[in-house]
Amino acid sequence: MVDAVAGHARSVGVVRRPGGLHRFLRRKSTIAFLMALPLIVLIAGLVLYPALYALHLAMLNKSMERFVGFANFAFLFKRETFWMVVQQSCIFAITAVIFKALIGFIVAHFVHNIPAKGQRKWRGMLLIPWVIPPAMSTLAWLWLFDPSYSAINWILGYVGIGPIPWTGDAYWARFSVILVNVWYGAPFFLIMYLAALKSVPEQLYEAAAIDGANWWQRIWFVTLPMMRNIIAITALFSLIVTFANFDIVKILTAGGPIDRTHMFATWAFWLGIQGGDIPLGATVSLFMFPILAVGAVFILRDIHRRGNEAS
Amino acid sequence: MSAVTVDSIDRGARRAKYGSMSKDRRWALRWSYFFLVLFAIFFLMPPVYMFITSLKTSGEISAATSPWWVYNPTLANYVELLTSEQYLTFFRNSALVSTFVVAITMIISIPAAFALARMKFWGSTMLATGVFLTYLIPDTLLFIPLFKMFAVFHEWTGIQLLNRWYVLLIVYPTLTVPFCTWIMIGYFASIPKELDEAALMDGANYRQILFRVFIPVALPGLIAATIFAFTVSWAQFLYPLALTTSQDQLVLPVGVVTTLIKGDVFSWGPLMTGALLGALPPLLIYAFLMDYYIAGLTAGATKG
Repeated sequence: MVDAVAGHARSVGVVRRPGGLHRFLRRKSTIAFLMALPLIVLIAGLVLYPALYALHLAMLNKSMERFVGFANFAFLFKRETFWMVVQQSCIFAITAVIFKALIGFIVAHFVHNIPAKGQRKWRGMLLIPWVIPPAMSTLAWLWLFDPSYSAINWILGYVGIGPIPWTGDAYWARFSVILVNVWYGAPFFLIMYLAALKSVPEQLYEAAAIDGANWWQRIWFVTLPMMRNIIAITALFSLIVTFANFDIVKILTAGGPIDRTHMFATWAFWLGIQGGDIPLGATVSLFMFPILAVGAVFILRDIHRRGNEAS
Repeated sequence: MSAVTVDSIDRGARRAKYGSMSKDRRWALRWSYFFLVLFAIFFLMPPVYMFITSLKTSGEISAATSPWWVYNPTLANYVELLTSEQYLTFFRNSALVSTFVVAITMIISIPAAFALARMKFWGSTMLATGVFLTYLIPDTLLFIPLFKMFAVFHEWTGIQLLNRWYVLLIVYPTLTVPFCTWIMIGYFASIPKELDEAALMDGANYRQILFRVFIPVALPGLIAATIFAFTVSWAQFLYPLALTTSQDQLVLPVGVVTTLIKGDVFSWGPLMTGALLGALPPLLIYAFLMDYYIAGLTAGATKG
């Protein structure tokens, strides 16, 4: 009997030995980790590593043989073009996001106002700029802005507004790139705000109407507070994306005239890939990092707050 | 008598009030339509103008006639592009890249989302947050180090990845996987726990739970994620511009921009036709699967 038990125990022991790894592999947390492993490898190898590698590249000299510390940064700070790029990136991102948010908010109200039957159709039509690849639609704008055959100038000519140098003059070129970005991005805001508008309970508006609120008060005291979260997160997200914009500026003006419309992304491309000075290009692109960090902090705070509300 | 008068006045006043309210409503509706039409004109002007130009001959484009009307419509531009070996190569490269990227994205993000939504492991919450933050890192920050990484990789292993279309299969998932994982976490987390507990009771393993329960139930989310991955890889412009240069390796957006613009001579007819045809696949998907498209768009911000 004892012998049998001991034998049994021994056999269990024997089975358990090769089973250790096997059981470890069958553990829930191990399986979960293995399932997430490709994602972890992808993020670590192709996002985090390149980001750190950019930092390393930024500290090398042009031929990438010598470590030069912060010499590239110091070099940039002394260049006038760099400060112009900083200025233009900020003007571009802030102006474009404000107008996208405003147009999105206003048009979302118009769509929300009309009978529910037609809303789908209008919403579908108004989102088209967001669906077309930006590189392709910017080509259409380039053609609309053509110096000699501009179709917009042709229309403006009828109301007596002289030919506008859309991409030729520095100020008009800055206006044009912002206009195209607003055109491309406003539909995204429209969709987000429309979804948020639909989630505001109708009773709040009824209560406000009974209290004698006019439409402005209804927007200010009911709609905006209810939509605050989605407005903030959409604007923040868009600010990051707009700040890092490449396609529109690259195709519409390629940074010109005389570098007046360059953004961090297009200037980094110009220096790093077209100019062959990879360290300097990497240095320029790193300046997009602060805005990213600020955005990340706010978004993390939002996620934490929502997590706390849920629990 | 007096009571009757008061009552009738009251009723009259009430009717007048309702009347004015519905009148207000009618005017609000008219203004809404008026402004919607204005904005629709603004939003649809470039694609419509692309279409108008694509139907013109180069003679008509440079003529002094109205740019907004086609006098002699022709399909010559479409015929020219659709029989051009080069343009079809761009199209094929784009289709290949987008299809493979969608497949890779799904293979990586579905199991990861399942693991992060249901099976906790050490650091899983942190990873879920990290996935969303990764989505915010723009391509414009990474293209230079990635370019250099592939060059170094070539020096070390002798495998050339730069200037090959399949290098895009490596870099595009960095754009699609984080967002797709993020929205799939949202969809998976919304599935009631009782469902997979019941499946576990019946003796199902994790693979069966994922394939028999989670994927069928979260199919709308899966479609939204697929659409997102496809449109992002189809529209991506910076990575192919930086990483590929030979004409037979280019994807459509870069091909149209770099080969159809020859120096300062813009052949606008073929250019607009090429751009319009290039925008067609995302537009078609959008036309047929609009609800899924919009669900994917709004899921990122409203979920989680």
